[in-house]
Amino acid sequence: MQLKQIRFILIQNRAGKTRLAKWYMQFDDDEKQKLIEEVHAVVTVRDAKHTNFVEFRNFKIIYRRYAGLYFCICVDVTDNNLAYLEGIHNFVEVLNEYFHNVCELDLVFNFYKVYTVVDEMFLAGEIRETSQTKVLKQLLMLQSLE
Amino acid sequence: MPAVSKGDGMRGLAVFISDIRNCKSKEAEIKRINKELANIRSKFKGDKALDGYSKKKYVCKLLFIFLLGHDIDFGHMEAVNLLSSNKYTEKQIGYLFISVLVNSNSELIRLINNAIKNDLSSRNPTFMCLALHCIANVGSREMAEAFAGEIPRILVAGDTMDSVKQSAALCLLRLYKASPDLVLMGEWTSRVVHLLNDQHMGVVTAAISLITCLSSKNPDEFKTCVSLAVSRLSRIVSSASTDLQDYTYYFVPAPWLSCKLLRLLQCYPPPEDGAVKGRLVECLETILNKAQEPPKSKKVQHSNAKNAILFEAISLIIHYDSEPNLLVRACNQLGQFLQHRETNLRYLALESMCTLASSEFSHEAVKTHIETVINALKTERDVSVRQRAADLLYAMCDRSNAKQIVAEMLSYLETADYSIREEMVLKVAILAEKYAVDYSWYVDTILNLIRIAGDYVSEEVWYRVIQIVINRDDVQGYAAKTVFEALQAPACHENMVKVGGYILGEFGNLIAGDPRSSPLVQFNLLHSKFHLCSVPTRALLLSAYIKFINLFPETKATIQEVLRSDSQIRNSDVELQQRAVEYLKLSSIASTDVLATVLEEMPPFPERESSILAKLKKKKGPGAVSVELEDGKERGELNGGADRGGEAAIAASNASTPSPSSDLLGLRSAAPVGGPAPSAGSLLVDVFSEAGPAASSTRVNDDGFLSSAPPSAASEDPAPPLPESDELLNKFVCKNNGVLFENQLLQIGIKSEYRQNLGRMYLFYGNKTSVQFVSFTTTVSCPGELQSQLNVQTKPVEPLVEGGAQVQQVINIECLTDFVDAPLLNIKFRYGGALQNITLKLPVTINKFFQPTEMAAADFFQRWKQLSQPQQEAQKIFKASHGMDTEVLKAKLLGLGTALLENVDPNPENYVCAGVIQTKIQQVGCLLRLEPNAQAQPGEQMYRLTLRSSKDTVSQRVCDLLAEQF
Repeated sequence: MQLKQIRFILIQNRAGKTRLAKWYMQFDDDEKQKLIEEVHAVVTVRDAKHTNFVEFRNFKIIYRRYAGLYFCICVDVTDNNLAYLEGIHNFVEVLNEYFHNVCELDLVFNFYKVYTVVDEMFLAGEIRETSQTKVLKQLLMLQSLE
Repeated sequence: MPAVSKGDGMRGLAVFISDIRNCKSKEAEIKRINKELANIRSKFKGDKALDGYSKKKYVCKLLFIFLLGHDIDFGHMEAVNLLSSNKYTEKQIGYLFISVLVNSNSELIRLINNAIKNDLSSRNPTFMCLALHCIANVGSREMAEAFAGEIPRILVAGDTMDSVKQSAALCLLRLYKASPDLVLMGEWTSRVVHLLNDQHMGVVTAAISLITCLSSKNPDEFKTCVSLAVSRLSRIVSSASTDLQDYTYYFVPAPWLSCKLLRLLQCYPPPEDGAVKGRLVECLETILNKAQEPPKSKKVQHSNAKNAILFEAISLIIHYDSEPNLLVRACNQLGQFLQHRETNLRYLALESMCTLASSEFSHEAVKTHIETVINALKTERDVSVRQRAADLLYAMCDRSNAKQIVAEMLSYLETADYSIREEMVLKVAILAEKYAVDYSWYVDTILNLIRIAGDYVSEEVWYRVIQIVINRDDVQGYAAKTVFEALQAPACHENMVKVGGYILGEFGNLIAGDPRSSPLVQFNLLHSKFHLCSVPTRALLLSAYIKFINLFPETKATIQEVLRSDSQIRNSDVELQQRAVEYLKLSSIASTDVLATVLEEMPPFPERESSILAKLKKKKGPGAVSVELEDGKERGELNGGADRGGEAAIAASNASTPSPSSDLLGLRSAAPVGGPAPSAGSLLVDVFSEAGPAASSTRVNDDGFLSSAPPSAASEDPAPPLPESDELLNKFVCKNNGVLFENQLLQIGIKSEYRQNLGRMYLFYGNKTSVQFVSFTTTVSCPGELQSQLNVQTKPVEPLVEGGAQVQQVINIECLTDFVDAPLLNIKFRYGGALQNITLKLPVTINKFFQPTEMAAADFFQRWKQLSQPQQEAQKIFKASHGMDTEVLKAKLLGLGTALLENVDPNPENYVCAGVIQTKIQQVGCLLRLEPNAQAQPGEQMYRLTLRSSKDTVSQRVCDLLAEQF
């Protein structure tokens, strides 16, 4: 059986500015930039009637749009689309709780905290923790540390 | 109050980010950044020691600048310093910087590893997690070397905090994927498997990913996970929607964990234990039942989470392919989704049904949805959904519905998106060929294809129609008539001209009786297209013209006139000019007899795998799978249904796990019985030059070849292997080419090449006598457990070998796991009435799958030490049978397939080598040390050979093989 995992996670706005890029595979910097641009091109042309999945090179992108932000997860073609679609939503709900009505600027000014949130929920290309309660408890504990 | 305020903690950072956001132009941004970089550089260089806070702030700014896309060439040291801070926020920024800007600067790696080591042993769970996340994010070999031993201990220790266990499990997974040779689970296996029972669902969620990966590589060692996974799944599935509290997501209990459990089970066949299996079937039924229950919430999150589990359960049901009841229920459920208002669900249902179509239990059930699927192809707005519909139509196609499906696909092609046209064309061409009952329908379909989508009709497609027309005389007249009509169109595609030119050149005589298509009319029609065509097509037309001269002597003058014209005979294109000159000369000088011989009708093409199918397989995975499965099915039925499961499984596994090497050797594009056919060396090679080394056919005509031993020879058992076969085998351990066997009658030569876990071997059987060998058959078999270790495929050879002739046979080899025995090659033939029956060992040895690994001395010895368990080592001390010539020894060690590492062993007399054995299910790292005592007297000279690898059987086998070489 083929091993499946997340290849990368991207948060981009409609203009194509990257708000988070988390790579779970080795890419060099030029390649990363190319992927970012391609994902933007592929995802932004789709409308609400389209599926939340799109083939991408030898992989697929599972994405969901929240206001002006696209949350994209790149996975292997045979992986479970809906599990990652809800994985995104679960992640967004945690961000929303953590940043109290999260908006794009929160991700800009607190970029280093967003990485912490990601690592709590996704690690090594796998889902690490799915309980919002547990993740938020941990994040608030870290927040209280100096 | 917001949980986190804007940039709290680091005002300077927030100000800087605001500044950047306020920059009106790229230039202004660069200016601001340069100013900041200068500032940070001066702070880092300044005399005053920076406090932790400032250091953190500046490192964080540098990181921000890097993330904006600018290069950062300093600050690494300051980031590393932050790692040893005892404040969480400082440490976090340090680790983040390291994770994002991985740098292979070896000096720093040592410092970083040191800091990680301290944090791992700090017993502070927050720090331990930071360190583990850093390893998981970077995952470098150096880190694997430093921590692969420690992390399993942390993972299973009784006093480790849950959150640390979660991180440790996934960290280990990352290291295992990056450097499998360094992660040795051995003693931890059972405790890791038991994490499936952990009380903390988060620990299970993380650990199961690790267990799935390890199970897929070492299924036997981890097989106890099956019953644990089933009982865990059963507890989740049967729990009420609120039982699992934190792990309930929109009224669905633990959806992600359920999916992962179902995924883990897909590493294994159905459970053998009846009770476990019963429980699992119950779970799957419950999941299917729940899909029918009214939703507990109207939110899309609820239905998505529920359906995520459902689709994973269906994947498992398809994987088992043994429960007709569940397969049909799954199909019905997906059928409901086909008309769901959610586009996502329609898409996923089409996709999932595609795999159901290839199961014999659900194929018929899938077919009942044909109208819905055709409708989807016509009406879906999203091209990717239409694509899935097309895939599904292709997968559900069989004899009963082929005409309908092909017609629908053809009509869809007229308006299809450009992005999917080429693939659609291939699929139509394949289905038309595969299910053609009458070949006139096939010819019509392909010509329609060219008409509708000529630009997307690749060469393979029109080559193929010609191959088939030439091989089937019942369709030749019809084909000639149809192309003649098609060429009447004022604008016809160049591909049509090619097919038309070729077919009329061969079979124009079949329609020449009708005055409306008399020879001259045919010629004029073809020639009217000539000037619009490209050079290759013109060249083909010239060949058609010379064929006309043979078919219809009355056209000779007209055609000679054309050939003689300046635009032909002085054409600036060399190929065209040469053809014109040669054809003109040939037609003028040669007698009718000679002309008739030279320009004779093309002989039938050897049957081979459809080149189109090969192309589609290369192009795409999912669609191709089902065709291979069906091929497997057909063969199975024709052979009395004996082998079908196995063959289908091989085909499916080949298709679902493409490896990077597959194209290099083309092994996977060959059908299960495949091998190259002799190339069709013919007059018109230009047309078929691409099709030369295509793999053998799996079509109906080939059925007679399916068992490699014809009945006459099958009655005589293969002889036992020759006494010298082991010796012959040893000759080929360190080399790939040479003469394997020779007696007075027969010589067998070998050429082989290996790439990763695949190999291809060419055997050359030479008849040394002047008398033909009859009933010549060869059989390759894998005795005993070798059957499950190697996958060996051969194509039968011609039963007649003329005196002095040589025949070639190709053998494709796939190494599934490590092995000891060699496959047996049995050769039988009659020479002057006497049966010859010889069995040899085919020189396929485990070392053929070595990939050399270069490494430095320090790495070598570190790994050497890590492989220190007694069973990982194999050692032999033996007398030298040959001289100890350095160059000869080196050549042998290189021939073994390993990398010969220079300047590693402190004793320059010794040899050390390293390599990784590539098998389908795992990679085995292998280190070797050969110590000669060269100073001893000849006759007293000895070697000590030591092998260490992560697998005991490998160490032993390589050691045994190599000890015979010196």
